[in-house]
Amino acid sequence: MKDTFDERNPRKAWMSLLAKAPEGRVAALLDGHTPRPDFTWLRAPEIGSTMVQARTGGTGAPFNMGEMTVTRCALTLRCGMVGHAYIQGRRKPDAEAAALVDALMQTEAAPEIESAVLAPLAAEAFARKSTRAKKAAATKVDFFTMARGDD
Amino acid sequence: MYVAVKGGERAIENAHAWLAEERRGDATVTELSVVQIREQLSLAVNRVMAEGSLYDPDLAALAIKQARGDLIEAIFLIRAYRTTLPRFGSSEPVDTGSMECDRRISATFKDLPGGQILGPTFDYTHRLLDFKLAADGEVTEAPTRATSATPVPHVTDFLNREGLIEEAPHDDTEPPDLTREPLEMPANRALRLQALTRSDEGFTLGLAYSTQRGYARNHAFVGELRIGAVAVEMDIPELGFSIDIGEVTLTECETVNQFKGSKTEPPQFTRGYGLVFGQSERKAISMALVDRALRWEELGEDNVGAPAQDTEFVLYHADNIQATGFLEHIKLPHYVDFQSELELVRKLRREAGADQVREAAE
Repeated sequence: MKDTFDERNPRKAWMSLLAKAPEGRVAALLDGHTPRPDFTWLRAPEIGSTMVQARTGGTGAPFNMGEMTVTRCALTLRCGMVGHAYIQGRRKPDAEAAALVDALMQTEAAPEIESAVLAPLAAEAFARKSTRAKKAAATKVDFFTMARGDD
Repeated sequence: MYVAVKGGERAIENAHAWLAEERRGDATVTELSVVQIREQLSLAVNRVMAEGSLYDPDLAALAIKQARGDLIEAIFLIRAYRTTLPRFGSSEPVDTGSMECDRRISATFKDLPGGQILGPTFDYTHRLLDFKLAADGEVTEAPTRATSATPVPHVTDFLNREGLIEEAPHDDTEPPDLTREPLEMPANRALRLQALTRSDEGFTLGLAYSTQRGYARNHAFVGELRIGAVAVEMDIPELGFSIDIGEVTLTECETVNQFKGSKTEPPQFTRGYGLVFGQSERKAISMALVDRALRWEELGEDNVGAPAQDTEFVLYHADNIQATGFLEHIKLPHYVDFQSELELVRKLRREAGADQVREAAE
């Protein structure tokens, strides 16, 4: 599992977590915790694409594989704090919720947002991945050698 | 050439209305939802994403519904939609070495680090129709087993250690992009791989099969096949750092091929590479075989004139949307063209007839 947590840049970790959350989940957790703060759009939600690159042979020269859909937005809270979101898919409401969480995580509200939104998201992501990994592990082949006759 | 013709508007409207009705089928049968297609016809969804060259399972499922299950029509819809999207940027190259593998097998090494993980495969099924699926049936949950924290390295990594296989050295050359620049020859490997990953599965499979049957045979083994999710990381200029913007499921195939060596290279194994959106292993293996066949020139092999060695032939005919666009346009009105052909044939026949009359007279 790729670990995006970077001690020097916790914002990178939470933005990555928000981008990969299932549809509607960030909004549900945020709204379950606090009324939404006022904000103004710096960039209203916008749907576009990102060209996904890969490497020849996994490690060599890059090539363009194909695109994926992405929604992005940016907003400013009344206190002036700016939140950004870049998330997979065509999900404007989710991008708004993600940008709000990103902005709030840079304010004094950070500790409670961390425990009300980010911690459950991380736990759910871990549970999803480990369930899949356990199913994969159950299909791992255990070889055993049949005794061969010597004659 | 075809020309704009007036008339037929009502016929066209009525044809489309009937199409909508036929798409729906028997109205007493429950309608399929897009989510059902996404979840239950996921391999069709994967193919539409791969060849439509846009990773978005919901859109691919919608396209399949709209196209009545005609996957090339669905791919066409996705390609058309794709052109309407502003591009925000390019990702960092994905790291398939850190893939969370649902499946990972090697046909060359039995005991490899990380093990042989079969995953949700059709392999070893008996290919007998399962009539239980025709009835409503609950599915039992798949068994689980504790995971071990052992890494799952690429098979080629440990062949590399002995120097027995060519390496794919790190390189950061900006790749060409055939969605921005027309596909032109000569095509370097990055451009070929881009064209192949979105190529028609049937065409690519046929070419790959031709190499196995002896048309530019290169003795491919599936060194490794892995399927799973990888994070997509993109640099965000307004932030000054990169973040994961999402996750895609990919199928990766690395072939290990016999190579006798050349003037510049010692005898060693060479590699073919396939990487495709979604769980698409037939396509990924086919892509790797065709990629390897197209590498004859850089590896100093002979051109035996096989179709799979002909870059221009392969790349200019592999795209099913280009192909179907040109093929299907001939059913559109060509009245003027045909009129002139008619005139020509009549004229030729008149002249021939006159000659015959003359010959008879002589």
